[in-house]
Amino acid sequence: MFWTSYFLAVLAIALAWPVPILLSRAQWPARSPFTAMLLWQAIALAGGLSMIGAMLVYGLEPVGDNLLSGLRALAGMVFNNAPTTDLGFWHIFALSAAALLTAHLVFTLLLTYYKIQRQRRRHRELLDLLASPSADGPGTVVLNVDSPVAYCLPGGARSVTVLSDGLMAALEPDELRAVLIHENAHLSQRHHLLLWAFAAWRQALPWLPTTRLAQESVNSLIEMLADDVALKTESKATLIRAIAIVASGSQAAPAGRLAFGESGLPDADPGQPGATGGTGSAGTTASRVSRLLSPRPPLPEALRVAVLAACALLLALPTALLLVPGLLG
Amino acid sequence: MASLGELERAVMDLLWAGQEAATANTLRDLLAQSTRPQDGSAGHEGKDLAVTTVLTVLSRLERKGLVERERGTRPHRYQAVSSRADHTAELMHEVLGSAPDREAVLARFIGSVTDNEAETLRKLLGRS
Repeated sequence: MFWTSYFLAVLAIALAWPVPILLSRAQWPARSPFTAMLLWQAIALAGGLSMIGAMLVYGLEPVGDNLLSGLRALAGMVFNNAPTTDLGFWHIFALSAAALLTAHLVFTLLLTYYKIQRQRRRHRELLDLLASPSADGPGTVVLNVDSPVAYCLPGGARSVTVLSDGLMAALEPDELRAVLIHENAHLSQRHHLLLWAFAAWRQALPWLPTTRLAQESVNSLIEMLADDVALKTESKATLIRAIAIVASGSQAAPAGRLAFGESGLPDADPGQPGATGGTGSAGTTASRVSRLLSPRPPLPEALRVAVLAACALLLALPTALLLVPGLLG
Repeated sequence: MASLGELERAVMDLLWAGQEAATANTLRDLLAQSTRPQDGSAGHEGKDLAVTTVLTVLSRLERKGLVERERGTRPHRYQAVSSRADHTAELMHEVLGSAPDREAVLARFIGSVTDNEAETLRKLLGRS
């Protein structure tokens, strides 16, 4: 029991700090965004599991040989008023922390869901009044705004892709098509569920490096995934032009601030998302474009399999450590 | 019969265009006018539009926080809470804003762009 909690604590710390920092600096996620996305999910899930597991196992150590018998003993104390004298102060502290963290995570997940849904509903209500239907399809509307803007608002059957007048004026038909395919890829690949989960993860533990890095990386990776879908039918040059036009038009530079680009695109460091400030997606656009300009081959099959195996191991290891001793005993 | 959504839109357009608050009766008349076909044949929507329908639409809009009712007058007079431009600005604020908890509400084609990025992209455009 003691070694289990020790190991889980080490795993939790590794997944909370060094591992995400290394992954966020790595170059390979841009080559295989989907694999990288799975790895981020495994890191987040295994991180949460080992954090809670470590505290639970430590706290239950005096009353059970394994997690399951410990939980049975704990249930006896809570529900049947069995004596709690076996538990010291730190054990009770760890158990309370585990319970609080679990409740906090679940609560934040639900609260974030509720907030997102409320903002989306309000947004959709206003769109219903302000936007006009577009010729580009049933789920597409046009907003009377001069700056080039494109986004999608997820909502099941009521999902909608929004384009601005400014965008329609600035883009050629093929560029517009690339934008639409990109946005529809977000919807069809259910990227909003990932955004929700990682936004909640960050909201719950904002001071943990892993939550910020994970959210920024995931934001970036879903853009790359959507770009890849657009590249299936549109040319690379078209997509790059669309990105460049929208990006240079939508940037709202504060007056009086000079924007000297010191670095050319090839030098732009995609490994440092968010280095310039609090915005979650700063750096995303540069890394997207440099990825399109100087494409590198996807990860070799063997490496992808290795990463997937690491994902499976990350999830299986804490689960096995927590459950297997109890099931065997 | 136009759907409630279409009517909400039509009512908001009238309120945004009008200078002052309007009663449900006035709005009904304006709606009847605007939906009457150009060729003079009988309107298929406007004619049947009942004041109660307009009131339903107005109360839905009020619940959404889009129109407000002047208290104390009978019949009630309604007006838009904010202008069309303000609501558009509200949408754009949400689209362009970059608070971490907003990131998940919608997915933008281009996220927030730093000055450096925009400059580099502009150069790129000039070249291509």
